[in-house]
Amino acid sequence: QESESENKLDGETASDSESKSEFGGSPPVPTSDDTPEVLNRALSNLSSRWKNWWVRGILTLAMITFFFIIIYLGPMVLMTIVMCVQIKCFHEIITIGYNVYHSYDLPWFRTLSWYFLLCVNYFFYGETVTDYFFTLVQREEPLRILSKYHRFISFALYLTGFCMFVLSLVKKHYRLQFYMFGWTHVTLLIVVTQSHLIIHNLFEGMIWFIVPISCVICNDIMAYMFGFFFGRTPLIKLSPKKTWEGFIGGFFATVLFGLLLSYVMSGYRCFTCPVEFNNDTNSFTVDCEPSELFQLQEYNIPAVLQSVVGWKTVRMYPFQIHSIALSTFASLIGPFGGFFASGFKRAFKIKDFANTIPGHGGIMDRFDCQYLMATFVNVYIASFIRGPNPSKLIQQFLTLRPDQQLHIFNTLKAHLLDKGMLGSLEDA
Amino acid sequence: EVDLDERLGELDLRNDSDIPDVPPPTDSTPEILKRALSGLSARWKNWWIRGILTLAMISVFFLIIYLGSFMLMLLVLSIQVKCYHEIITIGYRVYHSYDLPWFRSLSWYFLLCVNYFFYGETVADYFATFVQRREQLQFLIRYHRFISFALYLTGFCIFVLSLVKKHYRLQFYMFAWTHVTLLITVTQSHLVIQNLFEGMIWFLVPISSVICNDITAYIFGFFFGRTPLIKLSPKKTWEGFIGGFFSTVVFGFIFSYFLAQYQYFVCPVEYNSETNRFVTECEPSELFQMKKYFVPPLLQAVLGWETVNMYPFQMHSVALSTFASLIGPFGGFFASGFKRAFKIKDFADTIPGHGGIMDRFDCQYLMATFVHVYITSFIRGPNPSKLLKQLLILQPEQQLSVYKTLKSHLVEKGIL
Repeated sequence: QESESENKLDGETASDSESKSEFGGSPPVPTSDDTPEVLNRALSNLSSRWKNWWVRGILTLAMITFFFIIIYLGPMVLMTIVMCVQIKCFHEIITIGYNVYHSYDLPWFRTLSWYFLLCVNYFFYGETVTDYFFTLVQREEPLRILSKYHRFISFALYLTGFCMFVLSLVKKHYRLQFYMFGWTHVTLLIVVTQSHLIIHNLFEGMIWFIVPISCVICNDIMAYMFGFFFGRTPLIKLSPKKTWEGFIGGFFATVLFGLLLSYVMSGYRCFTCPVEFNNDTNSFTVDCEPSELFQLQEYNIPAVLQSVVGWKTVRMYPFQIHSIALSTFASLIGPFGGFFASGFKRAFKIKDFANTIPGHGGIMDRFDCQYLMATFVNVYIASFIRGPNPSKLIQQFLTLRPDQQLHIFNTLKAHLLDKGMLGSLEDA
Repeated sequence: EVDLDERLGELDLRNDSDIPDVPPPTDSTPEILKRALSGLSARWKNWWIRGILTLAMISVFFLIIYLGSFMLMLLVLSIQVKCYHEIITIGYRVYHSYDLPWFRSLSWYFLLCVNYFFYGETVADYFATFVQRREQLQFLIRYHRFISFALYLTGFCIFVLSLVKKHYRLQFYMFAWTHVTLLITVTQSHLVIQNLFEGMIWFLVPISSVICNDITAYIFGFFFGRTPLIKLSPKKTWEGFIGGFFSTVVFGFIFSYFLAQYQYFVCPVEYNSETNRFVTECEPSELFQMKKYFVPPLLQAVLGWETVNMYPFQMHSVALSTFASLIGPFGGFFASGFKRAFKIKDFADTIPGHGGIMDRFDCQYLMATFVHVYITSFIRGPNPSKLLKQLLILQPEQQLSVYKTLKSHLVEKGIL
């Protein structure tokens, strides 16, 4: 019976009889069909299976087109989209919690969940804004105070929510309330922190945002196609439709795709330059001298590949080497995020996180593999690519005491003299 | 065969009252105490046990302080591990999940990972000179975040691979339970250690204020208690709460006065690479130098003095004790609610008469975070040596531009 229900997962709702026994009488919330009417009419002649295929296909193209449009519109719009996706994912997961625990009537709880979301976002956005908009913040008096005491204010806001939670505990519902509290915090941990890491990656350069996300999407699609045509050996019990052939085929296809996409993108400044806020024009600019990562270099092909490819050297961007690491992670470890989400859905007997996107499920369904990727890219950049942010260091420097400032200045001066970099300057 | 997931699903939907109680903890009072107190009635016996253990704990506390910062760090680490163990064990009992595959190993593995991450960040900052000399440590430090993340991911993947068909929900519960516990116990214990490094006084005064508030609120409640404070903890009263507040502020004030005189308590803990030990020696900062304050006219009539000599730190201690008395108890209420939700009387039975380690430390957690946030917001600026270290990692062109900016700033301020 289990295998039957699993086969039905592709576009059809779970059978009622199965759901009754699992929920003790009350069926799960069925995913309503919100395919737009126009599509329904256009596809009314096809059989149910092909119709589902077409709906999925059309929506996939729609989402990819939308992705390109917002890339074109620039960093500000991208940040806003990331923020919206984050809020929608949070909402989806919290709603599942409500459905699982029938806790719509819990006092305060909806308000508290949204309040905590606001607090954590305030904390993270405050930290980001202080880092990247440093000069803007210094000029405006209220912003300066908010940024100086930012941690304290965020903590005070969080504490208020915490105390309200304690005061809202009601005798018959202690366990439920603690569950929802835990649920909210874990969700915040997953959703909000990751979305902020994505924004940090974005500020590093749009290429660090686009390539990882595209690799995960490509891996999804390629693994599906390889599985469709060649799939034979099941990969993991959790997701019975995934196969080893799809996994491996997807891996190679994604690495290749990553190499090609990086090659194309590395040529354009708007993708490779860090996003900066220009104080004079009050807008975001992406203009800079491309770093060494994005300058073509000659690489010697190892002897093994020379016979295969026929070239002795190849001109590549160093970034393409990094893209291999990113695509490898997207193909090998990214899917674990998907398995985690599958396990979660089975644990709580839900088919999809929500029914926002017809044929695909909720926003979380699309983004489950992306979460691990965002953290990985951020850790990767911090470990292997960039050093500390100079303007942030200057900002910290300005808060030190004069004697400490002098000490640091003298040490830096000695260091630069050592390296011979101060030779041409006049020393005061 | 019972499907645990189904049974759990039914449990979750029922009222709290339908959930069976967890069996009460066993009595672990040592034999010695039992014999000595065998003559008294049960109520007084309990009082004596609690009293003796309280004194024992306070003595251990003083002993450790005397032994120095390193021992304190070890103590904090042991307490963290014990608290973690207590909360995870409660999770096992609630969900009868002793038999879950891998889960115990995974919980301890995650604890190790998160501790490795935090200790790595701390160690790198404070032991900079020690680390510079050793090659392998250099490598570990430079790629620390990456290594920690890789370790965590391994645990995550093992968790996914360990999911078993009948136990999905249970396993996800335990996964979330583990993570929330890590969030509470491990992050807080590291904040406690960061506070400790700032100066032992930042560690001692907050913890003592919370303990003092516990004890004085109990005493005031015992003698004057009439109006109940909150339904969650029926033994707490408004009289105890307010009396405890005022006593704690006074206590904090006086205690800070004594501690602020000694360099041992006041100076940031530093690691001396030559002697390979922790040292607390420095020029006391302005916070710990006596100043004359003018007594506001309102209090002048009461106290009879016009000016008073105080340490500025004592002002900060008022903020700390206020937090300990007004907001700290919410940590206790949270723990009480938690215990009622899961039908347990105490977190564990480690300390006779008092319960588990978590029972003693539930109010301390909010305090640790508050002190850390307070210090970073109002007291210290960024750490100069950390800043220098980051400056030296920059690219040479970046260093040059930073140098020019700093120079113009210093010239502007007349420091150069």
